[in-house]
Amino acid sequence: MNAFTYKRATSVDDALISIGAPPDSKFIGGGTNLIDLMKMGVEHPANLIDVSRLPLTNIEPHGDGTRIEGMVRNSAVVNHPLILERYPVLAMAILAGASPQIRNMATVAGNLLQRTRCFYFYDPSYRECNKRNPESGCAAVAGFNRIHAILGTSEHCIASHPSDMAVALAALEAMVQVKSVRGERSISMADFYRLPGNTPQVETTLQHGELITSIDLPAPFGKGSHYLKVRDRNSYAFALVSVAAVVELDESKRIRKARIALGGVAARPWRVPEAEHIMIGKEPNEATFKQAAYVLVQGAKPHRYNGFKVELARRSVVRALSIASGNSNA
Amino acid sequence: MRPDKESPEVDKDLTRRDFIAASAVVSGIAIGGASASGQSIKEAASTAPCSLTINGSRHELNIEPRTTVLDLLREHLQMPGTKKGCDHGQCGACTVLVNGERIISCLSLAIAQDGAIITTIEGLAQGDELHSMQAAFLEFDGFQCGFCTPGQICSAVGMLKEVSNGMPSTVSSLPRTGAIELTDSEISERMAGNICRCGAYPNIVAAIRAVYQSGAA
Repeated sequence: MNAFTYKRATSVDDALISIGAPPDSKFIGGGTNLIDLMKMGVEHPANLIDVSRLPLTNIEPHGDGTRIEGMVRNSAVVNHPLILERYPVLAMAILAGASPQIRNMATVAGNLLQRTRCFYFYDPSYRECNKRNPESGCAAVAGFNRIHAILGTSEHCIASHPSDMAVALAALEAMVQVKSVRGERSISMADFYRLPGNTPQVETTLQHGELITSIDLPAPFGKGSHYLKVRDRNSYAFALVSVAAVVELDESKRIRKARIALGGVAARPWRVPEAEHIMIGKEPNEATFKQAAYVLVQGAKPHRYNGFKVELARRSVVRALSIASGNSNA
Repeated sequence: MRPDKESPEVDKDLTRRDFIAASAVVSGIAIGGASASGQSIKEAASTAPCSLTINGSRHELNIEPRTTVLDLLREHLQMPGTKKGCDHGQCGACTVLVNGERIISCLSLAIAQDGAIITTIEGLAQGDELHSMQAAFLEFDGFQCGFCTPGQICSAVGMLKEVSNGMPSTVSSLPRTGAIELTDSEISERMAGNICRCGAYPNIVAAIRAVYQSGAA
């Protein structure tokens, strides 16, 4: 690990001033991903500003929704009555990720900013990685790409985003509140992550010096929701495919509103409004869900070792929607 | 260490731990970032004060920011009970309790824990009386080689506290109604962050189940 200066921010304003101009300064929260990446030599910030003790640790009603402040630990989210009652899909997603020890350390802001688990990104002995080393190429395209993305990729990068929490937040249409010395702004989950394109090293729409102060959830909808995670072992593994599904039925038991987000298949939680729209007014049955699943995964571009993800994603969508709408036999 | 050389070299008859300890004494700094080969640190290592209460003893330290809690315990405070398995947050062998919560010490900067109360495997027993979890691991043979055991035991102690605080898991369906029933599959899921490559899992689960049922933890 490289040497670095360390400063514990005493207030949000102190953090925003301390991050300063140099691009090699970083905020650190729980450190569960950043310290690992520093050990690997993937990240080498010269200055760390510790924001983990900032007074941003509340979960509270916010308008008709709920605000989760940025430094709330992942384990605190899943054991909070407001989340368990109003957004169980978020608790399910977080509980499906990492280990209990890591959930005790990791902040929600840091969870959003996890880096990909692409083997080639994580191992600097591979020179080729456009994320780590812009314009060096992508070792994953012709490499062992079983865990990689099938949607929204480019020839420059096929990495997938590892967060489970982000997938649920995308389905819940959360807003990310950020603050810098220039002011505050609000970014929707739909706009928070960038697809790789020609610049896979730029992963989010956050600007340098912006701190995530909270994640704001709109009013809950729908009684039915589910987070389905498919992985190589039943616990403590990253998703091959995951699905966050939320379904609201009307009085005649037809679908009034549905939200679906896919994880493990793209550089961001994958949502397609058309896939959700076509379910409106239909019966919550396998035919409806299959149709939505096909639209959601349309345009998938598998690579040599991850072709299985296309059908796996479709079937996972059907199952998650079935469970969310109370029909777990599908 | 020879002061006339620019970069420190290790005398052949010194162990790595002796070398690190001696260097820390001579230079007055912690050298958590030095590699095992004794490679010199390129950048001048600055240290910062850090106060930690470890197993009931207060430590006023000056540490380099990149020192993890794990390296601080093992390399600087001569408390090798906490084990370094993968050093990347994947195995749980380094699990300790910080302010009563289980964390992995390999991905935690010691300086970021300034002011914390840390309990390691060395601090669980009361004098000669083992902690109930330690006694149960012995009684149920909850280990084979024993390398993961300190992490397993610290993790299990933290886990039972989480259960008593109502922490859900993926095994219990959400939203849950009523108290958690700590079934064997609940124990397995909640201990998933601790890998045992000997595969002593059935006995680890039995030991934890026994402590839970006795209400002793």
